[in-house]
Amino acid sequence: MHPAFSVIFLTTLIGAGQGLFLALYTGQVYNTFGVVGEPVPVDMYITGTVIVTLLMGLGLFASFFHLGRPERAWRSATKWRTSWLAREVIVLPAFAGAAVIWGALQYFGLDPVLVTTDALQIKLSLVIGFGAGVLALLLYICTGMIYAAIKFIQEWASPLTIINYILLGLASGFSLAVALAAYYGSPLVDAYALWALVFTLIGFLTRMLALRRNGRIKRKSTACTAIGVRHPKITQISQGAMGGSFNTREFFHHKTPQFLHTIKVFFLIMAFVVPFTLLVIGWSNHLFVLLVAAALVQYVGLLAERWFFFAQANHPQNLYYQAT
Amino acid sequence: MTQLALVIDLNVCVGCSACVTSCKEWNTSSEGGKGMVDKNPYGKDPTGTFFNRVQTFEVGEYPNVETVHFPKSCLHCEDPPCVPVCPTGASYKRKEDGIVLVDYDKCIGCKYCSWACPYGAREIDEQQKVMKKCTLCVDRIYDTTLREDRRKPACVLACPTSARLFGDVHDPASEVSIAINERGGYQLMPEWGTRPANHYLPRHKVKSQVTEESLNRIDNPLKKEEQRAPASNDLPSLDDFLF
Repeated sequence: MHPAFSVIFLTTLIGAGQGLFLALYTGQVYNTFGVVGEPVPVDMYITGTVIVTLLMGLGLFASFFHLGRPERAWRSATKWRTSWLAREVIVLPAFAGAAVIWGALQYFGLDPVLVTTDALQIKLSLVIGFGAGVLALLLYICTGMIYAAIKFIQEWASPLTIINYILLGLASGFSLAVALAAYYGSPLVDAYALWALVFTLIGFLTRMLALRRNGRIKRKSTACTAIGVRHPKITQISQGAMGGSFNTREFFHHKTPQFLHTIKVFFLIMAFVVPFTLLVIGWSNHLFVLLVAAALVQYVGLLAERWFFFAQANHPQNLYYQAT
Repeated sequence: MTQLALVIDLNVCVGCSACVTSCKEWNTSSEGGKGMVDKNPYGKDPTGTFFNRVQTFEVGEYPNVETVHFPKSCLHCEDPPCVPVCPTGASYKRKEDGIVLVDYDKCIGCKYCSWACPYGAREIDEQQKVMKKCTLCVDRIYDTTLREDRRKPACVLACPTSARLFGDVHDPASEVSIAINERGGYQLMPEWGTRPANHYLPRHKVKSQVTEESLNRIDNPLKKEEQRAPASNDLPSLDDFLF
């Protein structure tokens, strides 16, 4: 497939946004249930929510560049019963809205205690945050299913696609949260760093699994089934258009296999190895700069990862455009 | 239930692309067509929207090689994967005749349907920025102002070798159903369960067996005279009885 930058930015930005929110909410849960003793500065939650909103907004903004008629984008929520894209269109603003409410409750100090037990105070924001957290996870599933639901793009049609969207989004979000918590000197740094390392590590393993699976795919469609002629040697000599067409532009990356391989190695290093190392060093030595660098490097790595995700997918329609 | 479709006879298609140009002409200039854009038509890299293309494949290796001309357009699947993925409902399959259509006023041009079509039948119109595909000339097959035998898709009417048949594949008595039944009509990429309504008729080589016996029959009556009994000078000949 042709990797469109609008979709690459959309999926990476909102993935990080959802992950960051889930990190913030994890912090609140830890505080409420006494996992992390000292209360977190409320400023961190507020700044965090602003960053989450910004990431979601930028992602949404990027997605509009993918549309031919962006002025009609409002229509895209209508077929939520059948289309994962429509579901994403609904869940994305729902999550962003819930996250904004969660942050606003804390900013305005309007956070009534709903239930009080011996040592616990269940506040309104804890309940709203739970809802937003569920929506964040749902959004990962919607985004992943957009790709996994196309059964004949065999590289995508796998549960690993959804798992990777979840884990890579969480990894980038928690990496961001580590830098944020370090900036505010929050005691949550340790918990965030641990989760960021865990998600990066598991994400690395599942992504490698996906690469391994995609390297061994047995194609269901062949030139024989495409044109219905049974012969081992079928060569295309004309594809119906001399100057290229939508079919030759949308479904090919037009890069050499060497370039693809380079990107693969690049993203494995930049999205997993380098941020993991930076996180470990920055965390153990309390180096704020390294923690920020880890989050940024990981984001760049994930951009490359997403580019590769699209470029690697081989659409069966390419059998009709073998000369490209 | 009606399911209109094309049946394309690969046995007689000569790859002349008359179906391509007539399709382009009708869908660009007709009232309902709204145009199929051409970008840079006389420049270096001409490109444009087409509903139908004729591709050419070479099967086998020299000297045992044959050329297959392969017209490809939307197959109007009975279970179209492009329809449920559309977020706006712009893509739909008509209940009354099974034609898969795009509502150009609802399409947002997200291209997701083109990803979800294994045949590459959908293209974005670079001018209108909406997805387009073969409509089976829905604006002419029901046009009662046309003569009845002209109420067919433009490509079918244009084909000089009658390689394109049009009709209801659900009606067992229709021309297309009979052609599919009797001549081994098949569907493209049956492995994905899309059940394309369009069918293709396979190449069919006519071979006649000519044996030595059928050329030189042993009992060939034309050669009866050569089988005379040996003549002898001792015996009276036919001439001896005359005169």
